[in-house]
Amino acid sequence: MLKVSGLRVRFGVTMAIDGLDLAVAPGELFVLLGASGSGKSTLLRAIGGFVHPDAGRIELDGVGLAGMPPHRRPVNTMFQSYALFPHMSVAANIGFGLRMRGLAKSAIAARVTEMLELVRLRGFGTRMPAQLSGGQQQRVALARSLAPRPALLLLDEPLSALDRNLRRDTREELVRLQRDLGIAFILVTHDQEEALTMADRIGVMHRGRLMQVGTPAEVYERPNTRFVAEFLGAANVLSITLRDGRIGLSSGMTLHIATPVPADATWLAIRPERVIIGESDAPNRLSGVVVQRSYAGETLTHVVRLADGSMLRATAALRQGLNAVQVEIGDAVTLSWQPDACIVLAQ
Amino acid sequence: MIAVLAIVWAWLLVLLVLPTLIVLKIALSYPADSVPPYAPMLPGLHVSTDAFALILSDPLYAQALLLSLKVAGLSTAICLLAGYPMALAIARSPERWRNLLLMLVMLPFWTGFLMRINAWIGLLQDDGWINTIIVMLGLSPLRLLYTDVAMYIGIVYTYLPFMVLPIYARLSQLDGRLLEAAADLGAPPWQVFGAVTLPLSLPGVWAGVLLVFIPAAGEFVIPELLGGPQAQLIGRMLWQEFFQNGDWPTASAIACALLALLLLLPAALLRVGRTTLSRRSS
Repeated sequence: MLKVSGLRVRFGVTMAIDGLDLAVAPGELFVLLGASGSGKSTLLRAIGGFVHPDAGRIELDGVGLAGMPPHRRPVNTMFQSYALFPHMSVAANIGFGLRMRGLAKSAIAARVTEMLELVRLRGFGTRMPAQLSGGQQQRVALARSLAPRPALLLLDEPLSALDRNLRRDTREELVRLQRDLGIAFILVTHDQEEALTMADRIGVMHRGRLMQVGTPAEVYERPNTRFVAEFLGAANVLSITLRDGRIGLSSGMTLHIATPVPADATWLAIRPERVIIGESDAPNRLSGVVVQRSYAGETLTHVVRLADGSMLRATAALRQGLNAVQVEIGDAVTLSWQPDACIVLAQ
Repeated sequence: MIAVLAIVWAWLLVLLVLPTLIVLKIALSYPADSVPPYAPMLPGLHVSTDAFALILSDPLYAQALLLSLKVAGLSTAICLLAGYPMALAIARSPERWRNLLLMLVMLPFWTGFLMRINAWIGLLQDDGWINTIIVMLGLSPLRLLYTDVAMYIGIVYTYLPFMVLPIYARLSQLDGRLLEAAADLGAPPWQVFGAVTLPLSLPGVWAGVLLVFIPAAGEFVIPELLGGPQAQLIGRMLWQEFFQNGDWPTASAIACALLALLLLLPAALLRVGRTTLSRRSS
């Protein structure tokens, strides 16, 4: 339904969006993931009509949006700061888009009531935004942007202003709502956990480009670049050399990998949770010394220094609790991992 | 906090309440052929309500007051119509231009007030600059000086910055994302203005209206220097009673009446504004 092709947005000398292509399917929850300054919000603003592209096309259901001002676009945005109108009641805020479309008063009132029910704020219609908590304001903003039945909803960091616990609940609620309504969402976030748990597909943005687009599992399990591997899930990355069609590490060890060896292989990425410390039957083995450990409640991460000085992180789930862990800082340990844990990257 | 409040109240007491009470006392005194020209109130409590009776019974004063309110109201309206777009343009201009533009608005204050009014006399008089240009264009000269037009020009010119500055202060604080949100929800530019920009700038508008209306209603110098003899405003009446007739009690009674009116009028307006606002939001 949404098709972006060859999009370029320049701010002065910097390219905020640098030749970007993107297609979003009807009813899809697409997450744009990237660090701040990666161009993800600019892309959203270009789709909303607040930023004028220097080149490229944005099409919605086959209609080009170029030159169409924001108020004519069948797209609504939920702003990061919510941007609720402080001088209007909750009901007036939610009904704003409907009033602008010239709906009859009774139709507006009915839709506002429906939206208040949807975001579980029944009876809050007469309140002013300043009288609401952050979570309630967030839901009013969501209701306001959904009320005019947009073909596509753009959400700019919709959860970033919420407390951590509220954020987790709201995340699930937002996904449920999106499924029920069947409206396509494009959600911008810098939070990888948010992206992985919510998205139908993730687009990882970096320097104004989409580095990789795929389902959360695809992007996590098969990152296509070192950048994606490190940005999503903070993978261990080691440099590798090709010898007679086999892959070797700088330590001289030859790797057992599950996939054919690509000719341009340069990096090996291994997820920390795939690295085993101690006894295992995994064929890829290295030894090193534990230099650091960090406890995160449900997991424990050891940082191990290898013989060549590079560091490898190994994360283990604390299934038997903290007392079962017998590795201390300074211990010499053997690290191992299975062939299918090897992610071989060209760049 | 208490110290600050004490200063505020002391300020109000010494510079507003006390002078008002002194003026009220003069207004309630008997006129006398003495210096100052009124009889002492004490001992024996010599209180006269003649001055108030006079200004209430003689339609001259009521007419002057009504004319003053009309002139102040029209001047305020013109200032608002001219000042709001100015404030909006300054608030929307690039950040590096704003201070310069604000300075240009305030620049006239660098020169003395009487000097500027005198400059207007030079511009407006029968053989002044404006008429010179009109004649050069082959048209017949206009009578401008000592007319209502000259008086309105003078008042609007003098008080326009007091309208621009408070409105600008509100508009410059307006969150641009609210304007984007309104446009995003389908509001064309004029409705963004009507539904978001204007209502959120209303406190600045009210401040500007009061800052222009109140001094304009009591204005004496501008009608005296630029307006014709027909512009008998309440400020001029007060001046004449005080300095030409030497009737301090009547002059003081006018001052009291004007002060009461200028205090009550904004309060009434504020009340009306509040009730309409609360009615709209409920």
